[in-house]
Amino acid sequence: MRYIEQQTVVKRMDGRLIINAVFKYLFMAATLLALLALVILLYRIVTQGAGHLSIDFLMNFASRFPEQAGIKAALVGSLWLMMVVAPTSIILGVGSAIYLEEYARQNRITTFIRMNISNLAGVPSVVFGLLGLTIFVRALSLGNSVLAAGFTMSLLILPVIVVASQEAIRSVPGELRDASYGMGATKWQTIVKIILPAAIPGVLTGSILALSRAIGETAPLIVIGIPVIIQFLPAGVMDTFTALPMQIYDWSSRPQQEFQTVAAAGIIVLMAVLLFMNSIAVIIRNKFDKRY
Amino acid sequence: MRPSVQDMIAQSKGKKNKQMIEKIIPIILFLIASVSVLTSIGIVMTLIVETVTFFTRVPFLDFIFGTTWLPFSNKEAQFGILPLIVGTLKVTLIAVIVAVPIGISAAIYLSEYASENIRRVVKPILEVLAGVPTIVYGFFALTFVTPVLQAMFPEIKIFNAISPGIVVGIMIIPMIASLSEDAMSSVPKSIREGALAMGSTKFEVAWKITVPAALSGIIASVVLAVSRAIGETMIVSLAAGSTPRFDGDFTGSIQTMTAYIVQVSKGDAGYGTTIYYSIYAVGFTLFVFTMAMNILAGYVSKRFREEY
Repeated sequence: MRYIEQQTVVKRMDGRLIINAVFKYLFMAATLLALLALVILLYRIVTQGAGHLSIDFLMNFASRFPEQAGIKAALVGSLWLMMVVAPTSIILGVGSAIYLEEYARQNRITTFIRMNISNLAGVPSVVFGLLGLTIFVRALSLGNSVLAAGFTMSLLILPVIVVASQEAIRSVPGELRDASYGMGATKWQTIVKIILPAAIPGVLTGSILALSRAIGETAPLIVIGIPVIIQFLPAGVMDTFTALPMQIYDWSSRPQQEFQTVAAAGIIVLMAVLLFMNSIAVIIRNKFDKRY
Repeated sequence: MRPSVQDMIAQSKGKKNKQMIEKIIPIILFLIASVSVLTSIGIVMTLIVETVTFFTRVPFLDFIFGTTWLPFSNKEAQFGILPLIVGTLKVTLIAVIVAVPIGISAAIYLSEYASENIRRVVKPILEVLAGVPTIVYGFFALTFVTPVLQAMFPEIKIFNAISPGIVVGIMIIPMIASLSEDAMSSVPKSIREGALAMGSTKFEVAWKITVPAALSGIIASVVLAVSRAIGETMIVSLAAGSTPRFDGDFTGSIQTMTAYIVQVSKGDAGYGTTIYYSIYAVGFTLFVFTMAMNILAGYVSKRFREEY
């Protein structure tokens, strides 16, 4: 057996330490580079769009003239979209999660549903658009309405809500459940009065993050034929509408330089909405984060 | 006097509708849970039915081996999907070149070097980066990255594969970084400490211990990110152009599968035309590509996982 040669070790030590230091800073630089990308992106958009932000921009409809172009129809349209997506996706998502966590037996059907949900999460959003176009717009003849778009978006974010809710329900300790059963509560009573209240912070946080993804999605809306230039607000869920990302897409793809500014202003509004939703999620997480 | 618990239980046992609820609820919840299955079936059926209609008009072999994609031609429309696949692969290749080194380096830094405080700051920022809508990235590619590239390399056109490729890369960095970091963090501390005690430097631990042990997770994260890049739509629609090309040029306008679907949807192609059905055929191809990637990722992370 060879013994360690002290001299070789000493000789190689400097080189090893240098490599160690070099790579440490390389890895750090790579991390900073990713963060830098975010900073540049935000900086560019704020400096480009801030000048165009005004009350008028929020209150005006879209226009051929960049200086008059406003985002009212898109902002209200996105709110309408959320009014369909939020209840639909949360009911479907939380319901599925309760079934999978509380009721489902360990059999092939359950495994299939689980596998199916994780596969669904990997389907590109544009393909969900094709589904919406065929099923909701054409087969159920909902047209390019708020309802058709809302259902499409709900299915798109469903896997995210299911997975988040499953985790939240799973993290409710078993003793609470046992205590509830011990007091004579039925299964459904236990779920509604014990498990869901305990899981609600996790469920809400996950749902809000999923909804903020739905607000920023563009591709499915384009595929189901949501128009851009709209001079009225929808009066109901069967009316057509436009949404923030659609409006931004339209402005960005126009050749005139002035519309780039308008698009940047639109992005600021979109990012503000997202920031607002994310802060609510963070507040909920911090406020209700009880440790059992 | 308040009724005793025994009475309450006896009383509630007698209530019919309560028992009904207990029986009906699981059925309702099962129906809700099957919506996701119905969605998958809906997606697959939609794509298959409309694609079959497409193949009654365009021969299958012309579609998968054709090197010309000219759907809007008045004389003779040609539907060979290879140019769209090549366009998609160009963008994906650049995205991988950008995202894999940066993403994995960031993951190594976060799991091996960074202090708890730094992690607490950096990880939420990466989450923000992951939450930026793709339309915003598209705008960024078109109005910032492309002009910067053009200033450096004048031969790059307004619409090209490089700029959207870089930005798609930026978009998937958080995914690679956080999934790889998860994989590396789950490597037990004792192995690391063993190596450190034997006199390894931190880099040697990361490179020879942690990365090999977490390799299946790292590869799976890259494969998932590639799947995301293939399916990415808005960045390429805004910044890559709409010229389907079957060549190796990255500097000029190209078209990806996703961008074609958007182009047709925007243009309001009449229902029932061959062009209308072609978006389903392209969508089906896209679906097959991303599904293959997702299944591969699942297989890699299961099959090659190192258990400790």
